[in-house]
Amino acid sequence: MAGFELKGKFYETDEEGYLQNLDDWNEEVALYIAKTEDIEMDEKRWEVVNFLKSYYKEYQIAPMIKVLIKEMAKMFGHEKGNNKYLYDLFPAGPAKQACKIAGLPKPTGCV
Amino acid sequence: MAKEPKPQEIISQINYNPPQKSWMDIPVEMKEGMFCYGAKEKSLQTLDFPNVRSWSVLEEDWKLPEKWDKIVLEGIAERLKKYRSFKIFMDICVRCGACADKCHFFLGSGDPKNMPVLRAELLRSIYRKNFTAAGKILGKLAGARKLTLNVLKEWWYYFYQCSECRRCSVFCPYGIDTAEITIIARELLNLLGLNIEWIAGPAANCYLKGNHLGLEPHTIKNSIDFLVDEIEEKTGVRVSPTFNRKGAEILFVTPSGDLFADPGTYTCMGYLMLFHELGLDYTWSTYASEGGNFGFFTSMELAKRLNTKIYAEAKRLGVKWILGGECGHMWRVINQYMDTFNGPADFLEVPTSPITGTKFENAKSTKMTHISEFTADLIKHKKLNLDPRRNDHLKVTFHDSCNVARGMGMFEEPRYVIKNVCNHFYEMPENTIREKTFCCGSGSGLNASENMEMRLRGGLPRANAVKYVQEQYGVNMLACICAIDRAALPPLMNYWVPGVDVTGVTELVANALVMKGEKKRTTNLRGEDLSVEEKADV
Repeated sequence: MAGFELKGKFYETDEEGYLQNLDDWNEEVALYIAKTEDIEMDEKRWEVVNFLKSYYKEYQIAPMIKVLIKEMAKMFGHEKGNNKYLYDLFPAGPAKQACKIAGLPKPTGCV
Repeated sequence: MAKEPKPQEIISQINYNPPQKSWMDIPVEMKEGMFCYGAKEKSLQTLDFPNVRSWSVLEEDWKLPEKWDKIVLEGIAERLKKYRSFKIFMDICVRCGACADKCHFFLGSGDPKNMPVLRAELLRSIYRKNFTAAGKILGKLAGARKLTLNVLKEWWYYFYQCSECRRCSVFCPYGIDTAEITIIARELLNLLGLNIEWIAGPAANCYLKGNHLGLEPHTIKNSIDFLVDEIEEKTGVRVSPTFNRKGAEILFVTPSGDLFADPGTYTCMGYLMLFHELGLDYTWSTYASEGGNFGFFTSMELAKRLNTKIYAEAKRLGVKWILGGECGHMWRVINQYMDTFNGPADFLEVPTSPITGTKFENAKSTKMTHISEFTADLIKHKKLNLDPRRNDHLKVTFHDSCNVARGMGMFEEPRYVIKNVCNHFYEMPENTIREKTFCCGSGSGLNASENMEMRLRGGLPRANAVKYVQEQYGVNMLACICAIDRAALPPLMNYWVPGVDVTGVTELVANALVMKGEKKRTTNLRGEDLSVEEKADV
């Protein structure tokens, strides 16, 4: 079974390190996953991660990239509501890094 | 995950010389980046599949049921009785080799077990050993071998390295449908709970929630509302789609990927704009919210289960017929299997365009018409106000999606549509399009990210043909009519042919579509500035 241990507790993940149970998520876990992705969490990154979490809570899936970018424009100002800034924050991509840190499962299908 | 090799590394490593040893003596080696992860316990459970358990491909023990070999052999016996085609395909191959170099996975990997003939031989050898006199008596001499754990793992590896695209079948002098051999082999593997998660996950989602992504009804509504806002921003026109509306004339069904991932979302905006402009009496469904059918990549039984949903919903809503979006394998299922699964759908009417009056006789039994046929018919009858100059910045080529091309025989309609909405269209070489089209490398549910090296290898022949038209004509846009294509081709282009983007055909239509009451368009749906010619008054 894939996973990692943190402060004596075992967290189950899939083969690529995505948390298996959303309920396992907490800030420490997020920081741990961020570290494995070489991401230094700062205020802006937390805002993105928190948005993803609240969106997921309501809609049971990560938002479309378009939705996330529009939200970023609202949060950080118009000039930062674009793909480039999103990749500045999460260089390997929002699905691979931001969603993973937020504890969201990877979307599957024709995507 | 495996490190992605550089394009030059892949090219230089491909070796088409067969090994010295007999293929039976070469054990399977699972190479990272060349396979998808195994099905999760939760997915198998949802689908009510056998051998529900947590397992990993990379572990030695796959936690198989006791007497797994007996289960497989009984499974073969049952299918030999049930499908005459299967028995014929097992017996008839003369190993002429015509198919050998037609497979994109063989061309991209050089692995002889990716030759369609040898891939089928992996199963045939077991058939011979257990079901033919020659194989029972002569064994290896007659091309027979015993079913062992190594054989089973070899099956798993190579039958999930076939995308069921059927290009090889076009060249087979006996007409062997190699995809059907893969389909049967996957059915047998599924008797032991040996699916891949990239198939089992979406299939479970679809069974539970109506679509592969697992979008809830309110999520579908929210996503489409968001796209409606986007359309208004770009065009000034407010479209107003309806959901689960009883009494609508038409039920529209498309892959759920179109509601989630770029560039499919632009194609989805295209559907919304086109139907609004026509004043079409249609509805979306949050229940039959998936055109694709990952059940088809698993077993006939599951394909049937998932297909049922679309027709049950058509019946419940009381629509007259079904319009289908830009999906690939959905059309093979509809065109070649639906009638046996759940047909004929006599409670529906033969699809008739309310705009032109054209009766789509080809869909007489399934009652489901393809968006490209529907749109081509509108254009032919001059029902759309189109300004193709809005696409003048694009030099477009068209990738025939395997299942629409070879599973449905539709070649002209999408081309006719593109040529009417774009001024610059160029064909890829003849042996790479239409019925000879090359797979995107990710079809039949193999588009998982962990399988990336194999996808890039399998997509190489397609990418190579795109590269040719890029160099010859400056092509910068690859159009397609399949959601797996829209997901798989962007990374493929990025890797092999940088500078070429990917689009659905309906996105091109929507950009050229002059809508009633629209504002002057300054950008296309992607928010890119329109060409100078468009900005000058037309």
